[in-house]
Amino acid sequence: MTKHTLSVLVENKPGVLARVSGLFSRRAFNIHSLAVGQTEHPEISRITVVVDVDELPLEQVTKQLNKLIHVLKIVELEDDRSVQRDLLLIKVRADARQRTDVLQIVELFRAHVVDVAPDSLVIEAVGNREKLEALLAALSVHDVREIVQSGTVAIGRGARSITERALDRLASA
Amino acid sequence: MAQVTAKPGATSARTARQAPSAPSLALPTPQANPDPALNGVEMTGAAAIIRSLEAAGATDVFGLPGGAILPTYDPLMDSTKLRHILVRHEQGAGHAAQGYAHATGKVGVCIVTSGPGATNLVTPIADANMDSIPMVAITGQVGAAMIGTDAFQEADIVGITSPITKHNMLVTDAADIPRAIAEAFYIASHGRPGPVLVDIAKSAQQATTTFQWPGRIDLPGFNSGARPHSKTVQEAARLLATARRPVLYVGGGVIRSGASAGLRKLTDLSGAAVVTTLMARGALPDSHPQHLGMPGMHGTVAAVAALQKADLVVSLGARFDDRVTGALDSFAPHATIVHADIDPAEIGKNRAVDVPIVGDLKEVFEALVPALEEEHRKHGKPDLEAWWAQLDDWRTTFALGYTPTEDKLSSPQYVIQRLGALNDPQSTVYTSGVGQHQMWASQFIKYERPNTWINSGGLGTMGFSVPAAMGAQVGVPDQTVWAIDGDGCFQMTNQELVTCAINEIPIKVAIINNSSLGMVRQWQTLFYEGRYSNTDLHTGHGTRRVPDFVKLADAMGCVGLRCESDADVDATIKRANEINDQPVVVDFTVSRDAMVWPMVAAGRSNDEIQYAKGIAPKWDRED
Repeated sequence: MTKHTLSVLVENKPGVLARVSGLFSRRAFNIHSLAVGQTEHPEISRITVVVDVDELPLEQVTKQLNKLIHVLKIVELEDDRSVQRDLLLIKVRADARQRTDVLQIVELFRAHVVDVAPDSLVIEAVGNREKLEALLAALSVHDVREIVQSGTVAIGRGARSITERALDRLASA
Repeated sequence: MAQVTAKPGATSARTARQAPSAPSLALPTPQANPDPALNGVEMTGAAAIIRSLEAAGATDVFGLPGGAILPTYDPLMDSTKLRHILVRHEQGAGHAAQGYAHATGKVGVCIVTSGPGATNLVTPIADANMDSIPMVAITGQVGAAMIGTDAFQEADIVGITSPITKHNMLVTDAADIPRAIAEAFYIASHGRPGPVLVDIAKSAQQATTTFQWPGRIDLPGFNSGARPHSKTVQEAARLLATARRPVLYVGGGVIRSGASAGLRKLTDLSGAAVVTTLMARGALPDSHPQHLGMPGMHGTVAAVAALQKADLVVSLGARFDDRVTGALDSFAPHATIVHADIDPAEIGKNRAVDVPIVGDLKEVFEALVPALEEEHRKHGKPDLEAWWAQLDDWRTTFALGYTPTEDKLSSPQYVIQRLGALNDPQSTVYTSGVGQHQMWASQFIKYERPNTWINSGGLGTMGFSVPAAMGAQVGVPDQTVWAIDGDGCFQMTNQELVTCAINEIPIKVAIINNSSLGMVRQWQTLFYEGRYSNTDLHTGHGTRRVPDFVKLADAMGCVGLRCESDADVDATIKRANEINDQPVVVDFTVSRDAMVWPMVAAGRSNDEIQYAKGIAPKWDRED
C-alpha cells in the first residue's frame, strides 16, 4: 500500500466532514490523517486526507467521494509537485541542565520554542512527515511528555489554483 | 498536481426547468411547481411540506403519524392531491414506497415520525439504496431547540442513514422546506436512483413561512450522469461485431432506466446470448429465443456456463455482485469486459474492465445500436453458429426442472410454475420475499415485461413481499399483484394485510409454506450435515399450524384459502384470481425437502455449478 494525499473541496455545510470520513470507514479505507478548514472562499471548505491504499482502491474511493452531493472536486497531490506540511507541538521535560541539549535539537530542525517553564519546554515544529519523525527521534533521548500533531495540509506548486474552477461551478449553479 | 478528478457532466441537467436530457425513470417526476400562485403565500412549515410533495408530483404516500410529524398530518388531511395510506408498521410504509416506485417508475414516498418511526424505516432505506430504488422518506424530528438533548423519541436519523441513503438532510428552518423536498425528489430520481431522507424538525413544521418553490435545482456537486463516450461505444460495437462467444449480462439498471426497448434492439441486432440478473428479470422477455435466463448462484446452467465460456461479456447496468460472479477471480475468465453503467463507481469496482461506458442505459443503447449496425455494414455479421449450438446443447441438457417430492406434498416449484402459467404476464405483477420461494419465483415464472418482478435483491430483506405488493397495487391498480412469500417472510410483515383490507388494496398472497426457513434449511442440509438448528417454523402440514394462516387472513379482513396437494393448485389459483374486492391469502403447504437447483456454493467458482445434488456438468467434454 502506498500513501496518497487527496484534496477534497466540499461545500461548507453541516455534516459534510462526517459524510466524507464515514465513507472512508465504511468502504474499509484507512485514513492516515485528515485536516479540514475554510478556503479563500467561505462557501468552500478543503479537506486534506492522507490515505494508505493501492492505486485501484484509490480510484474507487475517489469515485465514491464524487458521489457525495456536497463534494465539489477531488485532486490528488503528488509529493514532488506539491508542498505538504504537518504541525507538531511537543512538550519536553527539561530543567536547566537539559535545556541546552534540547535547544540544540530545536535549532538543528529549525523548530521554535513557544513556551518555557522552569522544568519544561513546548516546541513547535512545521514540516513534512519525514522531518517531523526525525525530530521526534532526536528528542527521544529526552523526557517527551506530550505530543500533539495536526493532519497534513497540502497545496500544489505553481500558479494554478484548484479552488478557482470549483468556485465557477458554485457560481454557475 | 497530477491527477485532477473534476466531476464530469458539470453543466448537464442543472436547471429544473430544462427537461432532463435523459430521464432515468420511465415517468420522470415533475419538478416545476404546477401552481405558481402558491409562491409567496404564507403558510406553516407543515403545509409547505404537503404543498411541496404535491408540487414534486407525489400522488400516493405511505405513512404513520406520531408526535414529531403531527403538525404535517393536519394539512395532509385536507390535501386533494395526496392519497395517504396509513400503514401498521413504518417498515411497511418504506417497502410499500419501494414497491410503488418499482411498479410505476415514479418516486415512492413515505412519511413517519421521529425516533422509532424513523429507525423502523432503516431497513427499507437500506434496501432501496442497494437496489437503486427512487424513494423520498420524510421523517419528523424533535424541535430544533431540543436536538441533541436526548429528547423523547429523538434519534439522529440523518447520522444513522448517511451510509444507506443517496443523500439526506436535516431541515430546521421552515423556509428551507420546499427547496429540500424539491432537491430530494431530484436527487432520488436522477442519475442512479436511490433513497433520499428529509428530516424536518417539529419546530420548522409549526413555524410560519412564505412558500417559495425553487425555480431551479442548485446542486453543484451532483452528477446526474455523463453521456456515453462515442469512442468507447464504438469500441464496444467493434467487439460485439467480432466476438465469437458474446454474452449480454443485463442488470437492474436496464429496468431503472426504462431501456428495455433498446436492449431488445441490441439483442436482436447482435445475436448475442442474453442473461438477466435477479434485478433484471423482465428486462428482456423470457420468451425471447436468445434469453438464457438468470445467471448466478441459482441461475440456469446455460446462463452461468455462457458467462464462464464467453469471449465477450457486455455488462449493462449490472454490478458484478458476488451472487452472480461466484469466486471473482474465476468469473468469465476468457472474456473481454465491456461495462456500461450510469454510476462510474460501479465500473471496475469488482472486475477490471476493458471498455468502460458511463451513461444512462437508454442513451447507451441509442448510441450502441447504430454503431453496431455500422460495424455490420462494414464487416458483416459475426458467425455465432457454433456458439449457439453449444448454448442450445446446455439449454436442453440442463433445462430448469425439479424432482417430484417424496412426501406426497406439493412441490413448491410446481405451485409457482402454475401461478406463472395461470396469470397473464401482460397484466400481472409479482413481488417476493427472500429465500427459496424468491429463487423459484425468479426461475419458474416467465416474465415478459419490465417492472413486473419486484424483489429485494441486494439487501435480501425477508418480509419485503407483502408491503411491496401493497405499494405496487396502489401504483398499478388495474393489474393483478401476486405476492409470492415464504412462511418465514410472511410472519415478518403480514400486518400490512390489514392496511390492504381497510384501504381496498386487493393484493393476492401465495405463501409457499414449507414450515421452515427454507433457504437456511437447505444450507443446513448441504453444509451442516442436516443439523436443522432453529429453522423449523411449525406452520406446515402435520404441525400445530401456529399461526394458522387461513384464520390469520380471515382475522385481518382477507380471504384465506388453503391448498395441500398438486391436484388442487390450479383450482385454488383460479379461485383466488376471481376475488378482486378483498386481499386473498393462499396457504400452499408444500414439501420442506425441496431444494433450489442449480446451485453454485457460496465463494466457489461458477465452474463448479451443480445442476442438481451431486450432478455437475462436465465442461471438458463440451469444450
